[in-house]
Amino acid sequence: MQRRIKMKKKGKSSALFILIIAVIGLLAFAGFKGFVLGAYEFKSLDKVITRGLDLQGGVSVLMEIQKDTVTPEELQSAKEHISLRVNTLGVAETVVTTEGQKRIRVDIPGMTNSKEIVDSLSQSGNLVFKGPDGTELLTGQDVKKATAQLNQQQGGYEIGLELNDEGTKKFADATGKYVGQKISIYLDDQMISSPTVQVQISDGRASITGSKSLEEAKTTAGLINSGALPLPVKAVSVSNVGADLGATAFPNSIKAGVIGVGLVFLFMLFNYRRQGLMADIALTLYIVLTLLVFIEVGVTLTLPGIAAFLLTIGVAVDANILNFERTKEELKKGYSVKAAVKKGGENALSSIVDSNVTTLLASLILYMIGSGTVKGFAITLMIGIVISLFTGLVVTKILVNLAVDMGLITKPSHFGVKLHKEDEKHA
Amino acid sequence: MLKIMEKTKIWFSISFIIIAIGLGFLAFRGLNFGIDFKGGSDIKIQLNENINKEDVDTIVKGYAPDASTNALDNNQYEIKSADLDSDKLGSIMTDLKSKYQLDDKALISQDEIGAAVGKELTQNSIIALLVAFGVMLVYIAIRFEFKFGVAAIAATIHDILVTLSVYSIFYIPVNTPFVAAMLTIVGYSMCDTIVIFDRIRENAKIMRRAKSIEVADVSLTETIKRSIYTSLATVVTIFAMNILVPSVRTFTIPLIVGIISGAYSSICIASPIWVYLKDKIGNKKGKLQRT
Repeated sequence: MQRRIKMKKKGKSSALFILIIAVIGLLAFAGFKGFVLGAYEFKSLDKVITRGLDLQGGVSVLMEIQKDTVTPEELQSAKEHISLRVNTLGVAETVVTTEGQKRIRVDIPGMTNSKEIVDSLSQSGNLVFKGPDGTELLTGQDVKKATAQLNQQQGGYEIGLELNDEGTKKFADATGKYVGQKISIYLDDQMISSPTVQVQISDGRASITGSKSLEEAKTTAGLINSGALPLPVKAVSVSNVGADLGATAFPNSIKAGVIGVGLVFLFMLFNYRRQGLMADIALTLYIVLTLLVFIEVGVTLTLPGIAAFLLTIGVAVDANILNFERTKEELKKGYSVKAAVKKGGENALSSIVDSNVTTLLASLILYMIGSGTVKGFAITLMIGIVISLFTGLVVTKILVNLAVDMGLITKPSHFGVKLHKEDEKHA
Repeated sequence: MLKIMEKTKIWFSISFIIIAIGLGFLAFRGLNFGIDFKGGSDIKIQLNENINKEDVDTIVKGYAPDASTNALDNNQYEIKSADLDSDKLGSIMTDLKSKYQLDDKALISQDEIGAAVGKELTQNSIIALLVAFGVMLVYIAIRFEFKFGVAAIAATIHDILVTLSVYSIFYIPVNTPFVAAMLTIVGYSMCDTIVIFDRIRENAKIMRRAKSIEVADVSLTETIKRSIYTSLATVVTIFAMNILVPSVRTFTIPLIVGIISGAYSSICIASPIWVYLKDKIGNKKGKLQRT
């Protein structure tokens, strides 16, 4: 009877064990190779992850607004203006972000001519209102300001336009001439709005209806403002990575990762035998999960980021090493396999948690105070530590326990412990 | 059982010599601050075999008189200057391209940092380092006793000094990644020390009668395998990266030095300091109680 219960437990454990291995195996296969299932293509992780400029080549420019105090609105409008500029360069994956109170970073992958980019970004906006026949009606000098606002009568959002004295006169003439026709607004030769004139406007206050959302109205208003009150911007920092350097850095980092991780796998296997194998399986899950989270959170992978990731593999392995060394000690004291696994895990827990919390604290501070590369590095480190705690403590524990239950791990030599023959009989 | 505590003098001397040499270099030559801190430009260009460096220098100096240039391996050419913006670089590249039939790919990398950006970076890094220290000290003081915290911080300062010494002795450029690496080392070294202190705390409960020096030796004997294994597992991947990806070396070299120093200091520096603090302060208390 007892035997049957044992058999049942063994069968259950085996089934669960195989299921976990299958899931991890599938995740790993999908992650590293990618597959096509019908119309759905699962791309391998290295193709999906966003690569920093140091891994693909390109130009990164940090622009600073040359003004003592810059309001958030001004920064936003300058950012939109710069985004628009960058778009005219025709590069798809440009990223424009604000940094601090008066700086804007522009990352343009695949470009190498930094002069062209810096020149184009430092120009102040050229805003022009044009009639249907292309004649110039007003310029940025005539505009006082533009704001995004709620349309009181019809609902929805619109852009309120205020003109100065000279602009009011010019605009009255123009709207009188083109009633029922379109007046288009261009910033640096790119059309940003093209409203139809409904009535002649002579008080210098116009509204452009038809914005789909508040966001859209804000963006357009920001662009008009950036052309009306151009803020001088200057490149304060430029970093340019040649295509060749970027192109070789990524595959080489992957190669380095594979070699390093491979050695760690072998080390665990050699030192902790079957228990080490369980750790390797958990480590595989760690690598895939971390990369998935990177993609999900939108982490941009940079060279220091990869180094940080490799560092977290060391941290992830550390949890296992601490745990397994403890288990070995207990086995040498003569505890049974099951008791040793349990005791080893319990004893190692406090040092694993304490040591990881300090590293987590250090990376949190890095994230809060650091900027640019340092920030990215800190995020990588934090994600890695949290996931490593999960795979190192929870997943490895489940796997080892299941392996013990199903009879895969039965004697000290399966942990890499060499006992004398007599001891082994005892154990 | 390992007798690590008995050789404390040797460990301290080794560290002292390394740090003394390092600080000597630091005092007389200073650190090789890169453009991230000083501001300026650092440009690398791929030239081909039949180019005369003097000719290229003439072109470069025409646009940036202060430039210092360097011929690197594989016909790579490096320009450093405090005043060489993208505009001037564009002109240099145009001249080089037309003279030597190079294409756009010839530009390997360009880094240009404004001086103000560099100053902010230096300030932020120092603040980050100090805040990190404070927070970790508080954490350890809460989780362990204060003596452990002091010993752990001392070991971490040791690692920072050793890494800094390696930087000043070998004159390795100091840039942004250096800061990230330094802070990682702080975290890593702490983590390493805590594992040992955790064991000391545990053993101190069992070995009530034993001297603190014995408790430390027993604990180190039990944890030394783990310290070595973990450091090896960490260093091996970073080392592979260091070999295969040269452009990340400014980041990986301090990491490797820091990790090795971190493992060493948690064994040979942190534990002896803890023993010292424990015996000194503990004895005083004992005497007070007796009187």
